[in-house]
Amino acid sequence: MTSVFSATDLCVSIAGKPILRNVSFNLDQGKILGLVGESGSGKSMSALSAMQLLPEGANQTGDLMFEGKNLTCAADTEMTHVRGKDISMVFQEPLTALNPIRTIGEQVAEGLCWHQGLSRKEARDQAIDVLERVGLGLEYGLTDRFPHQLSGGQRQRVVIAIAIACKPRVLIADEPTTALDVTVQAQILTLLKDIVCKEQMAMLLISHDLAVVADMADNVAIMKDGVIVERGPTCELFDNLSHPYSRKLFAASSYMPVPRQHPVDEITQPLLKVNNVLREYPLPRASVFARRQWHRAVQHVSFHIAPRQSIGLVGESGCGKSTLARTILGLTPPNAGHIQFLGKDPYLVSRKDRQDLQLGIQAVFQDPYGSFDPRHTVERTVGEPLHLMRNELSHPERKKRVHKVLESVGLSSTDASKYPHEFSGGQRQRIAIARALVTDPSLIVADEPVSALDVSIRAQILDLFADLRDRLGMAYLFISHDLSVVQAITDRVIVMNAGRIVEEGPTGEVFSNPRHPYTRILVSAAPDLKETLRRRRKKENKDTH
Amino acid sequence: MLWFAFLRLIGLLTTLLAASLVIFVVLEVIPGDPAEVMLGLNVQPDTLAALRTELGLNAPVPTRYVNWLLGMLQGEFGISYTYSVPVSELIGERIQVSLPLATGALVLSTIIAIPIGVYSARHHGKLIDTGIMSVTQVGIAIPNFWIAILLVYVFAIVLRVLPAGGFPGWDVSFSGSLQALLLPVIALALPQASILARVMRSALLDVLHEDYIRTARAKGLSGKATLWRHGVRNALIPVLTILGLQFSFLIAGTVIIENLFYLPGLGRLIFQGITQRDLIVVKSSVMLLVALTIFVTFLVDIAYAAIDPRLRRRA
Repeated sequence: MTSVFSATDLCVSIAGKPILRNVSFNLDQGKILGLVGESGSGKSMSALSAMQLLPEGANQTGDLMFEGKNLTCAADTEMTHVRGKDISMVFQEPLTALNPIRTIGEQVAEGLCWHQGLSRKEARDQAIDVLERVGLGLEYGLTDRFPHQLSGGQRQRVVIAIAIACKPRVLIADEPTTALDVTVQAQILTLLKDIVCKEQMAMLLISHDLAVVADMADNVAIMKDGVIVERGPTCELFDNLSHPYSRKLFAASSYMPVPRQHPVDEITQPLLKVNNVLREYPLPRASVFARRQWHRAVQHVSFHIAPRQSIGLVGESGCGKSTLARTILGLTPPNAGHIQFLGKDPYLVSRKDRQDLQLGIQAVFQDPYGSFDPRHTVERTVGEPLHLMRNELSHPERKKRVHKVLESVGLSSTDASKYPHEFSGGQRQRIAIARALVTDPSLIVADEPVSALDVSIRAQILDLFADLRDRLGMAYLFISHDLSVVQAITDRVIVMNAGRIVEEGPTGEVFSNPRHPYTRILVSAAPDLKETLRRRRKKENKDTH
Repeated sequence: MLWFAFLRLIGLLTTLLAASLVIFVVLEVIPGDPAEVMLGLNVQPDTLAALRTELGLNAPVPTRYVNWLLGMLQGEFGISYTYSVPVSELIGERIQVSLPLATGALVLSTIIAIPIGVYSARHHGKLIDTGIMSVTQVGIAIPNFWIAILLVYVFAIVLRVLPAGGFPGWDVSFSGSLQALLLPVIALALPQASILARVMRSALLDVLHEDYIRTARAKGLSGKATLWRHGVRNALIPVLTILGLQFSFLIAGTVIIENLFYLPGLGRLIFQGITQRDLIVVKSSVMLLVALTIFVTFLVDIAYAAIDPRLRRRA
């Protein structure tokens, strides 16, 4: 097998800090190499280094060979003839990867004009063909539209179209599906696999998701702190993981915290009752005389949460999960229907009663860093919800309470005087949880609380949620697009699609035996590492016999 | 796009109406009597009464407001109390100086600033960038009248190629008028260009860190091609905002430069109107400036939408 592209002993350092150490890999024609690792492991730097697009001030040594040509010493002008023509790249965030003020057609055609010297008209015609190859045929009429008018999946197809427009020999995909919903992810992955197979490209697939890599890649390399710690053909590698880090990663990716210790009491009065809630948003009018159209984000949704119960809410982006969460948190009143928390409707009671109710429901959000004021100390951030108690607590009592919750989420009371930027991602999410716990709530609404975290940290945070559930008797509304997370921590699950609840039931039952077609699609699209490996082994056995 | 422009136009007219109301209330209704303000202390009662009748102050307040509005729509701004000529004539003469002055300074500063800003961003962190940034820092710090004095000294006194001041009038001598405006335009443009170049540079540097710039580089585009095709247009939004603000400043805030070069501009008219308590001139000129500013804001909004398709939907 001849390698189309090879990197040998790649070392990269930025401002004296080593980022990559002796990284070597080969990309073979028609094959996919999966590169996995957690954030900061140097995956993306390997990709940028292969493209010679490292950030300013980066220092690189080692050899990059493309079809017998050494790219390491190539000048930037030389690289402009290689990038996009021989080696292309697909990026993670399809919204920001596209120029917002240029049409899709222009952006796909640009590379064709640049490399093949086509006229605008010719390039445009070819761009239409390329868009068709990624499943965006003329019937979508996208050529003259702008990125913001497309869905996330369509945008990622456009990014792929830009990358494959000049039929490159090597395709580098850096987390190509991380920002997408599971069903869209499945489509994009199939598309990438088809392209690689049909056009016999060599592909480097970078992902933090072991299941995605196990499904796609022929060979896998596992990376940690800028070093490839282990590599091999996919099935073989996953069957005999020898490096402790790889084993840890493998265990963490399908981690399940301890099951519930105390049974849920569903007979007494429910903690939260959501009754026939409807929430609409006005859409912009088509003209002054047109009737205003409304977008129904949440349509007649009813469910309840018992004390100490943990409920999962799953669905894809735009299905109304977060709107529902906002309504429950008392932030957006429903247009119809009502909610009851501890027997009272927060939108109907007096201001004082509402504050008391708010003490009982607290929230944890996806991006902990974004939900902190960077100029507030941890103590101030965590203690902030206490203002709801008006002045019942004296200053020392407040302080004591903050220190207590910090300890109960696994931080120390000395952390109270620090600022958010001094903490790692996982610690920040612990701070966010501490902030939710400080008022002694009985229900925590967690909106994608572990989506932004690496798998090993995700496992720790899931443990923390399980521990709080058993120790403090916390009830959860756990909102996530990630089925494995919901499976790990919830008793019951609600599946939402287009603002409606399509299925509801005990978590294990719903996932093992989904009844609604949408749930089935969702479950089958969700990548599952063990299931994927089992399927692959079966196929490989069949091939050898 | 057309729909967007139409909605903006309605917004413009509403703002204009609101502004006229504020100006009317501030100058006419509170506090006390415009006629008394204009005539000052120690005035004979019959003179006061005569002026009140002349100004139509005896009519009820809403009628006076409506009459003022209707008058302006027909181009009648009233008769100046100190000059005894129609205000429309006064403003008409002055705007022939102020508008070319402001537009000229704006165009010149843009022509200077954009290339410098782009060049500086492209060579970010290098010596030339640092040099340009220091020069623009000085350009902002130096007041424009000092630049004006310097220009007069060099071009009018030492080299004797341009007039030191005065304005012959467009119908008297077109080229003479152009020459008369050249130095003030430069004096006004240089500090504005310094600000604009810095804004252009920092906006472009922000844009150059965007993901789509990386995509463009990954397509194979060279650094320069990426900068011009994907960087500059995206960076123009903050530049436009500053341009809009600068025009509003240039149209009336040039009183010092106008005085320095003996130019009969709007700034001087308003200044004289205020010192001589000629409320009729002040009221009309202020209304005109407000209208111009709102109109420029409207143009800037339209330009935003022309640059960025995402802004076209929202109105």
